[in-house]
Amino acid sequence: MPIRCEIVSQDRMVYEGDADMVLLPGAEGEMGILPNHAPLLTTLKFGIVRVRAQGQESVFAVAGGVAEIQPEIITVLADAAENVDEIDVNRAEAARKRAEEALAKGPPPDTDSYLAMEAALRRSNLRLDAVRRYRRGAPRPPRPGDETR
Amino acid sequence: MASAREMRMRIRSVKNISQVTRALEAVSASKVRKAVAAVRATRPYATKAWQVLMHVSGQPGRANLHPLLASRPEVRSVLAVVVSGDRGLAGAYNTNVIRFTAQTFDRSPVPVKFVAVGRKGRDLLLRRRKQVIADFSNLPAAPSFADVSPIGRLVVDDFLKGEADEVWLVYTDFINMVKQEAVVKKLLPLEVGEGTGRVETYQHQRLTAAYIYEPAETEILDEIIPRFTALQVYQAILESQASEHAARMVAMRNATDNAIELVDHLQLVYNKARQQSITNDLLDIAGGAEALNRAMAER
Repeated sequence: MPIRCEIVSQDRMVYEGDADMVLLPGAEGEMGILPNHAPLLTTLKFGIVRVRAQGQESVFAVAGGVAEIQPEIITVLADAAENVDEIDVNRAEAARKRAEEALAKGPPPDTDSYLAMEAALRRSNLRLDAVRRYRRGAPRPPRPGDETR
Repeated sequence: MASAREMRMRIRSVKNISQVTRALEAVSASKVRKAVAAVRATRPYATKAWQVLMHVSGQPGRANLHPLLASRPEVRSVLAVVVSGDRGLAGAYNTNVIRFTAQTFDRSPVPVKFVAVGRKGRDLLLRRRKQVIADFSNLPAAPSFADVSPIGRLVVDDFLKGEADEVWLVYTDFINMVKQEAVVKKLLPLEVGEGTGRVETYQHQRLTAAYIYEPAETEILDEIIPRFTALQVYQAILESQASEHAARMVAMRNATDNAIELVDHLQLVYNKARQQSITNDLLDIAGGAEALNRAMAER
């Protein structure tokens, strides 16, 4: 019996469907959720969410958030989430360069904008990492579990 | 009867008004499209976040779980966040929100303080001699979450400090282009099934088992509850903005239609009057000529 999985980011529904197993980057470590899991509430780190359904795997880059797990449903409330196949590599690369340059230019005016810049850099790094590892045709990572460095 | 010149001026001025209202209608039409897209985009997240909050608040022993979940044994004061527009000319939009607010809170046995979001609502509340403790006016047209999160922080702080024992949110739910509805929702303390907001499509599962929390319970609740509360305010503001633009568009369309009708009517009256005066002139001339003919014949 599959478990329903919904991934929403702040600006849209990213994924909605049944899954046999979902792997989440929990705050205290990677977790694999199977149907009929006990109710659980966890924060998420920057990382990869993998949804396995009927032998197919969909991979999402998730920039932190919260996941609520019920026996029949998993709700991932991500601050930002994208399917790996939808990530625009050139845009992410450009964003990373921009963020790095901005950070290298010296101390930013205030803490808020520094945090915003850092978050932008982390997001683009995550995207690029996700594409490198999980886009179809790319080599698989050597070990599962180190994808959320 | 107004003179012909006055009539012409009146017709021209009504025509000008119809042009202005038509332009306003077009502006609102494009704004409403953007606002509706924004609401639709954030709705899934807000709905899911609300569900999670409801599940958390349905947990056994919820009162001890987090201060924001605990109902106070005695409610001594209430805080209401009222979302309205900054501008008028939006039909009954602003008045509806305020009338609904009055209906909801006027019979409250305890003092009610208000946080006004939107200039029109603030003015209407002040005119009704309500206590307005904060005013968030002139929000940007398409606010980001960061623009409105101070409102969430304010209500959470007030609640935690004990300034308010309950926090309610009044806003206008955007149902469709012609239907918007003022609704009230209890923000704090969080309780299952309070208020008149959108009916959840997702059937609530019976929650008997307590959650496992990762990381620790307090840590995760401290993070998500204030954030999701602010998110509800954000979503309410987006819904209200879409409603405001839709209401304005409809109001302006009606105004344009009425102006055109009025122009038609005035034009008809004017034409009749003009014709009448021509007829009178002709009669005068004919009468004069007749009199002259008669005088000539008598001579």
